Amino acid sequence: MRKLKAQIIDEAGFERTLTRLAHEILERNKGAESIVIVGIRTRGEFIARRIARKIEESEGVTLAIGSLDITLYRDDLLGKLEQPQLKGTDILFDLNDKNVVLIDDVLFTGRTIRAALDELIDLGRPKSIQLAVLVDRGHRQLPIRADYVGKNVPTSSSESIRVHVKEIDGEDAVLLMHPEMPN
Amino acid sequence: MPLQSKHLLGLDGMKREDIQLILDTAVSFREVLDRPIKKVPPLQGKTIANMFFENSTRTRLSFELAERRLSADVLGFQSSGSSVSKGETLKDTARNIEAMKVDMVVMRHFAAGAPHYLAQVIDANVINAGDGGHEHPTQALLDMYTIREKLDRLEGLHVCILGDILHSRVARSNIYGLITMGARVSVCGPSTMIPREIEKLGVDVYHHIDDVLPTIDVLNVLRIQLERDAGRLFPSIREYHNYFGVTRQRLEKAGRTITILHPGPINRDVEISADVADGEHSVILQQVLNGVAIRMSVLYLLSSRN
Repeated sequence: MRKLKAQIIDEAGFERTLTRLAHEILERNKGAESIVIVGIRTRGEFIARRIARKIEESEGVTLAIGSLDITLYRDDLLGKLEQPQLKGTDILFDLNDKNVVLIDDVLFTGRTIRAALDELIDLGRPKSIQLAVLVDRGHRQLPIRADYVGKNVPTSSSESIRVHVKEIDGEDAVLLMHPEMPN
Repeated sequence: MPLQSKHLLGLDGMKREDIQLILDTAVSFREVLDRPIKKVPPLQGKTIANMFFENSTRTRLSFELAERRLSADVLGFQSSGSSVSKGETLKDTARNIEAMKVDMVVMRHFAAGAPHYLAQVIDANVINAGDGGHEHPTQALLDMYTIREKLDRLEGLHVCILGDILHSRVARSNIYGLITMGARVSVCGPSTMIPREIEKLGVDVYHHIDDVLPTIDVLNVLRIQLERDAGRLFPSIREYHNYFGVTRQRLEKAGRTITILHPGPINRDVEISADVADGEHSVILQQVLNGVAIRMSVLYLLSSRN
C-alpha cells in the first residue's frame, strides 16, 4: 500500500482548475464552434465531461463529447501475462476537420497520449489535436507536451499521483503518494 | 480475471465468467468494425496459423479477417494438396508449423478431439474452429453474442435448436454455453437426428416443431447437411420441409416474436423458408458480422496466455 504524502489539489481547487482549463481552451480556439472533446478512459473521461459542461454553460452551445479506450494501442501489450480489460471507445461523431481537445487526468511518460493520438488518427483526420491534462508530473519518455495544464507537479519517478473524481471515487482530489514500501 | 485456459477447445466445462468476459470484450471489437479503419494493433508481431483439415469458407474467412483486424501475421493452410495427403501425421504437421515460430493455431479438423490432442503437443495457443461432430465454440459464442445483442440477455431465455442435433457440433457448443449462461435449451428434430440420452445435458427434446414454437424466444435453425448422407436420416427434403421447415405460417401460428438464427450456409426452403431467412426477426447476417468480433475477442484474450 502506498501512503499519502500530500494533497496537491483539494475539492475547491479542483473545480477552479477545471474552470480555468475550460476558459483557456475557449480562448485558444476563439470560441467553441469547431471543437470536440475526447476524454481518455477512465478518469480522463469524467474530467472531459466536466470541462465540456463548463464550456457549454459559458458559451451556450452543445459540444460533441467522446471517450477513448486506448488499451488496444498500448505499446506494452506483448509482454503482459494477461490482457487488460477493454472498456470501449465511444466516439459517435465525425472527427474529420474538427479541432479535437484530448483530455486526460495525468501526463507522465507520454505513452498513453501516443496511443491516443494513433487511435484518433485511425478514427478520422482531425484538423488539429490539442492536449489538456489536470496534472503534468514530468518524466516524459516521448516528445509530447500538453497545450493546457491544470497544475505542474514535480515528482520523483517512484512516487505516484492519484486523481480522484466524484463520479468514481466520491471526491475530487489530486494526491501525491509515497513510493511503494518494500515488504 | 483472465481466461482460465490458454486454449479455446470447447464450451463444455467453461466457466460462466470466462464466457461473459469473451462476450463483453467482443463489444469493443464490434465497435472497431464500424470504424473507417477497421484495424487495431494489439496482436502486432504475433503469427497465427489457420490449419483447416476440413472444408470451410465462412469460418476460415471470419478467423482470417479477425486476425488481420488485430494486426497479426496470418498463415493459411488447407489440407488438400498439402503434406497431409502425403501421409504426415497431425503431430508432425503441427510441429513443423510451430517450428516456424507460430504463436497461435486455429484448427478445423474432421476428427473430434483433434485440437485437444494438438494442445498437448505444441506450445502455441490452440483455438478449435470445429472438430468433427464435437464442438464449434466460436460459433456458439457468436450465437450467444447475437442473441444478447438482440434481446439484451441470455439468462431466462428459452432457446430451441432445430435440425440435425446428432451430427452438429454447433448444437453441442450452443447447449453447453447457453445452459452455463442460464438459458433454457430445447432441441427439436426427427428422432433419427436426436442423439440418445441428450436430456442428460439438461435439454428438453421435441419432435414436433409446433409444440415448441409457442414457448421459445430464440430459434437456432441448423443446416441440413445435404452433402453428409442426410438421405438416410429422413425420407425426402420435401418431407423434412413439411414437418420441420421454419415457415412464416408456422411462426405466425405460434403467436410469439421469435428471433431466428442460422449458422449458414442456408438451404433456402429446406430447413428455413426464404421469407423467414430474410425477415425482420432474422439475425443471420448480424451473426456473420458478430462472428468477426467474437473471434477478435477470443484471439485477443488468449494471445497473452503463452
